[in-house]
Amino acid sequence: MISVPREDSVTLTPTAPSLTDIPFGARGPLSSALLDRFAGDVTPFPAAPAGGDVLADDDVQLTLFLLYAAAYGSLPGIPAEMEWDLELLALRADLEARFEAELRARIPVPELPAATRDAVASALFALTSADAGPSLSRHLAKKATLDQAREFLILRSVYTLREADPHSWAIPRLNGRAKAALVEIQADEYGGGRADRVHAEIFAKAMRGAGLDATYGRYVDDVPVPVLTSLNMMSMFGLNRRLVGAIVGHLAAFEMTSSIPNRLCAEGLRRLGFDDEVTDYFDEHVEADAVHEQIAGRDLAGSLAEDRPELLADILWGAAACLEIDGAVGGHALARWSEGGSALRSHDDA
Amino acid sequence: MREREASISAYPDGPLIVRGDVQLVDADGEPIEQRRRTMALCRCGLSTIKPFCDGTHKAAGFRTE
Repeated sequence: MISVPREDSVTLTPTAPSLTDIPFGARGPLSSALLDRFAGDVTPFPAAPAGGDVLADDDVQLTLFLLYAAAYGSLPGIPAEMEWDLELLALRADLEARFEAELRARIPVPELPAATRDAVASALFALTSADAGPSLSRHLAKKATLDQAREFLILRSVYTLREADPHSWAIPRLNGRAKAALVEIQADEYGGGRADRVHAEIFAKAMRGAGLDATYGRYVDDVPVPVLTSLNMMSMFGLNRRLVGAIVGHLAAFEMTSSIPNRLCAEGLRRLGFDDEVTDYFDEHVEADAVHEQIAGRDLAGSLAEDRPELLADILWGAAACLEIDGAVGGHALARWSEGGSALRSHDDA
Repeated sequence: MREREASISAYPDGPLIVRGDVQLVDADGEPIEQRRRTMALCRCGLSTIKPFCDGTHKAAGFRTE
């Protein structure tokens, strides 16, 4: 038997706050009150802002990010009981209602194909190949500076250090062929039984190789709101059973817009002198996502549409939402870089 | 434990998806490293990571029918 030190015999050193504290600050009254609540303060929450664009609201999006972190267990400093705290769940439901309403208002449902595996896969491939937004990966391949490449890794880190987790919430909500297909994809995301091949781990290695800190949450203070909005949308789709069609469509679009861009990213990182430790993640995804996109389009999304045709519209909508909202992160970075600035959140934004 | 029976599925306008117990070898009979349980083999001839698929068939407008 292994002897485990009892908790009261462990000396906690106050000099290592990074292990116990949330490593970033509030962005407004709501996120500030929530951080206080996690630290044990029981003062009531301020009213959430009534109007405004919830997709671009730093305070609302950071609050949602923290509420989801309570479910993921992705951050230190959030007591496990907070996951099912009724007041926090009510706050989350309120913010999610507005978030979803705004997304529904902004992103139209694409033209619906027949609810068959062939037609759904083909419609998703057509939708994702028609995405003509500016390409972050092309910029990275040909033009990005070293600083921009590091910023790119930082922007990606908030999702990618937890890669695949938002979509895994959907596994028990699916049945039969669609469930088997999602598990086939996720098993590969999680390394196929090899801890060192878990995609989030390979990304952590890339960050360290580029001289960055791979501690989860370390760069949240630096990322602009579109990064939080993009991850929050995935978390909302994944954690709400009523949105299972949307999370499936999201994954299909995500995989379908991944292999070629990842090849371009690897090319750019090599051009800038990074070695295999940094490019491994991107090289891995060229091959992996060429497999995943086939399974996601036909076996996952297509089978789900055949088995539950009432979800067809949400499957297509989730895919469109992925293109629009994830695309906004790239659009933001390219806009800032073209002005000669940084894509990261400056202290002036705070 | 019995290995999974091998299967090859032809995906419309896309690669061949290979599952189960197979070994890939090159022209000299040397094994090709298999990095994942489910593999996609290039069918359009344009992949940069042959024999595996890299998604290039989409941009090339590859059609199987």
